[in-house]
Amino acid sequence: MNSNQPLYTYTLRLADNALVLGHRLSEWCSKAPFIEEDLALTNIALDMIGRAQALLKYAAEIEGSGHSEDDLAYRRPENHYYNFLIAEQANGDFATSITRQLYISVYEYLVYSQLEKSRDTTLAAIASKAIKEIRYHYRHAAEWAVRLGDGTAESHARMQKAVNDLWMYTGEMFEMDELDAGLMREGIAVDVTPLRSQWHELIKGILNEATLNVPDDGYMQTGSKQGVHSEHLGHILAEMQYLQRAYPDARW
Amino acid sequence: MKTKDTQLDLWEVFIQSKSGLPHIHAGSIHASDIRMAMQNARDTYTRRGEGTSIWVVPSVCVSASNPDDSEMLFDPSTDKIYRHPTFYVMPEGAKNI
Repeated sequence: MNSNQPLYTYTLRLADNALVLGHRLSEWCSKAPFIEEDLALTNIALDMIGRAQALLKYAAEIEGSGHSEDDLAYRRPENHYYNFLIAEQANGDFATSITRQLYISVYEYLVYSQLEKSRDTTLAAIASKAIKEIRYHYRHAAEWAVRLGDGTAESHARMQKAVNDLWMYTGEMFEMDELDAGLMREGIAVDVTPLRSQWHELIKGILNEATLNVPDDGYMQTGSKQGVHSEHLGHILAEMQYLQRAYPDARW
Repeated sequence: MKTKDTQLDLWEVFIQSKSGLPHIHAGSIHASDIRMAMQNARDTYTRRGEGTSIWVVPSVCVSASNPDDSEMLFDPSTDKIYRHPTFYVMPEGAKNI
């Protein structure tokens, strides 16, 4: 396990983003503005959960302790979760959820395009499947960002507020710690440092089209790579893990 | 009192299940323009591998036959069994005739 620890953690980081955002999106089920959008958001949630399942299964394999993907999802404590803080932020209004989705989808589009070329063949295979889904998530979020930003005075104001409020969670996505750097040198992990300016350009283009202002970089939240989270993740896990915690090994 | 319609415009969705087959009406969706219509059609009707191609058409562009004309239009065809190609043997290997 020790020699594989970095790959295990790297895979968990990817998996946890998909799992936690997928859970957040699933909370929209039956609550979206109209039924077509309800289906769109839950479709994306299912894409995310499918990706999380594949990644967690691989993580469990690397770990080699006989755990399953379900063990990793339902039995891991909060401080062993490594999703970005932005993924766990509350749904808020529709503009907030769309903005969260936009920031993450553009990021994932850049990262998974690179991950497809990873020397780790399993991660590369998962990435080439995921990138197709991500291209759609990107389009969905960008379309809504423009519609809401360039929509009514109310939708514009809500969108600008969401864009501003979530901005402080975007810096974390481009951090590289030693673990990332080590795997990058082996050709496994994606070097996200140069992706930051590309992300910024793409987001700027969309926000400009949406008649929204691009926020200035100020204080950026951080912590998820060490398993330090906002108050939201504990609540998500309380709901997600309740059944397996209350009735260990329950099956249906 | 008339309730305000907040459901956007109506579009008809046609899905082709396999290349070469006709696009078949799957149902309708709401959307404010063609791009949203395409996305909503995709999300509503192709989630389980149903399609390889989508057509969306504004519902206002569809002309429907008048139910009052149904006797005139459809009854004459119900008693002419010789119109059905059931007196032929299907060529071997032909799937769609």
